[in-house]
Amino acid sequence: MVSITIDGIKASVPDGSTILQAARSVGVAIPTLCYHPDQSIKANCRICVCEVEGNRLLQAACSQPVAEGMVIKTRSPKVLEARKTILELILANHPQDCLNCIRNGNCELQDLAMEYCIRENPFEFKVRGYKKDFSTPSLFRDQDKCIMCRRCIEACSVIQSVHALGVENRGHHAMVVPTLGMDLIDSPCIMCGQCIHACPVGAIGEVEYIEDFLKAVADPDKIVVTQIAPSVRVAIAEEIGMSTGEMPMETFVTGLRQIGFDYVLHTNFTADLTIVEEGNELLKRLSTGGTLPMFTSCSPGWVNFCETFYPDLLDNLSTCKSPQQMFGALAKTYWAEKMGVDPSKVYSVSIMPCVAKKFEAQRPEMNASGYQDVDVVLTTREIGRLFRMSGLDFTKLPPSNFDSWMGAYSGAAVIFGASGGVMEAALRTVYEVATGKTLEDVNFTATRGITGIKDAEVDLDGTKVKVAIANGLANARKLMNQVRAGESPYHFIEIMACPGGCIGGGGQPITKANAKRVERIEAIYVEDENLPVRKSHDNPEVKALYDEFLHEPLGHKSHELLHTHYHDNQKKYL
Amino acid sequence: MSYKEIIAKYADKPGGIIEAYHAIQREMSYLPIEAVGETAEVFKVPVSQAYGVATFYSMFSVKARGKNIIRLCESAPCHVAGAEEVLAALEKELGIKVGESTADGKFALELSECVGQCQATPVLTVNGKPYFEVSPAKLTGILAEYK
Repeated sequence: MVSITIDGIKASVPDGSTILQAARSVGVAIPTLCYHPDQSIKANCRICVCEVEGNRLLQAACSQPVAEGMVIKTRSPKVLEARKTILELILANHPQDCLNCIRNGNCELQDLAMEYCIRENPFEFKVRGYKKDFSTPSLFRDQDKCIMCRRCIEACSVIQSVHALGVENRGHHAMVVPTLGMDLIDSPCIMCGQCIHACPVGAIGEVEYIEDFLKAVADPDKIVVTQIAPSVRVAIAEEIGMSTGEMPMETFVTGLRQIGFDYVLHTNFTADLTIVEEGNELLKRLSTGGTLPMFTSCSPGWVNFCETFYPDLLDNLSTCKSPQQMFGALAKTYWAEKMGVDPSKVYSVSIMPCVAKKFEAQRPEMNASGYQDVDVVLTTREIGRLFRMSGLDFTKLPPSNFDSWMGAYSGAAVIFGASGGVMEAALRTVYEVATGKTLEDVNFTATRGITGIKDAEVDLDGTKVKVAIANGLANARKLMNQVRAGESPYHFIEIMACPGGCIGGGGQPITKANAKRVERIEAIYVEDENLPVRKSHDNPEVKALYDEFLHEPLGHKSHELLHTHYHDNQKKYL
Repeated sequence: MSYKEIIAKYADKPGGIIEAYHAIQREMSYLPIEAVGETAEVFKVPVSQAYGVATFYSMFSVKARGKNIIRLCESAPCHVAGAEEVLAALEKELGIKVGESTADGKFALELSECVGQCQATPVLTVNGKPYFEVSPAKLTGILAEYK
């Protein structure tokens, strides 16, 4: 331990602590911009500078370790003036269009400008004037807003090992650009959107489809149907000022009806369906010598990653469409038939924790219903905006239930939202299908948690099945290299592109630290515990779907509607 | 020598990327995007990083440019000694602006930071070779060496 004094407070802090860590431990706040709790120290923005007695120069609190007897001042006039100047310099070429910015009200730079009372800026105002990059259907870049903190680069390269972003040029001319200065769509970007969470400002954001949705609601000819992904409910609360997981599902459903949805259904229904199809696909691969290990295919960022970086392993990917796309194909066939409505009038909107889903919905092969299966994908953040736009008071909304035929779900579907959840859900079903026995304890706790790579072995009446789970693509890469080298001991591998799984997806409320992801994971398992049905194959509406429409897992109709194929999308430059 | 052969020569050298880039530029006067991609592959770094190196240093260019690279110092001592007139004369003589290349592909015109020869300003370099106390009148002679 080291004894120090911060703003007159005497404290004893662990050796090797930075000034920032030490200050926070005694309740002294120091502003940061390039600092991110889950990333390496960059110390390039300088906003965290503090005075250290005996040092002529101000020290960056995020990188400066404390030393015995150190006397630190975090709010002296000299420090405040320096921070203010740093902010003014950043703001001198940062577009001042906060009112129109996607991060208005949720921007670290805006907050600091407010806290430091920035009024008249003595520096000449000059925006650099870059072209905005709207080349992908998932996320956009507005380089003029970039403050060069480089957090997006670390998210893309270290957490995801995608390396789609890098720095071009030097000094004043330096800029974050996609590979070789190309548009994002031509870079190896897999559209996971983790860079959006990393960005402190509005330099990267999701492509919004709010106007498209409102237009459909206004059109009397359109039947606007929605599906909600498993991880959305736990996080939507954060968008409207409630605690994580606090929004009751029934209130959420009412809220969605209030903003204009004619029918509210659930992606959880097709998550259960995915498990039945994928579980049977695994058993078939195991018994017929099919390609193993089989990879899950629910995460569209992961599918993009596999197509881009591991096109030689596409046969390992489950042919099952993601729950979103299974839902899309069924909404305009089975559900329209059940409801007696014209499928051409069905406008299918999915609510997702994900920005890669926007790309997935627009894949040309996703039209098994004869139409684009999913018309529009809205993220949790966009739904939050629609809720706020509508001024809904969720403490007063009455509860309501999901609509029929594609609204029922099990706890197994709910846990799809967390890393390891698809695996656990699959094991609950595969065990019963393979052994014919009832699974007494449905909890496979080894698959749970935010740990990057997890593995387990399951005994299916004598047949040992080895499974592995990875979240975050740098972790996935380790498992993939094993498979490519022919050294993978596993039969089944679940991969989620985003850290923590979908609860940490690129479309979720801006997530400033992994600690928030852990909170959301906990809320997911609480929801699972509280449901009466916890195995996908016990979902009564899934049973009805097989009885009346699909007839059998992996059958003809399933292949037509619920399964897909993949493309080698290796880019010239990775 | 093709850029592939050049890069291969430096493959085993730690930090050899910069040397490989210099060698490629000696051959082709700039770094084609394909060469940056090849460098990344050979040195086992992501293309985004190989591109970062190629754009960090002002002596590298990822854009095609003339064979002989004229760089006029724009630092204060050269400025005081009349670099601006030299620049105007260069632009007139070559028929191009700073950052451009001549249509015949012979010359590229750029500005540089101080080259450490402040005793004999203004200074310009052609392909790294310095010329001292340059004046508009001396330019025709200097350029003739490269025609």
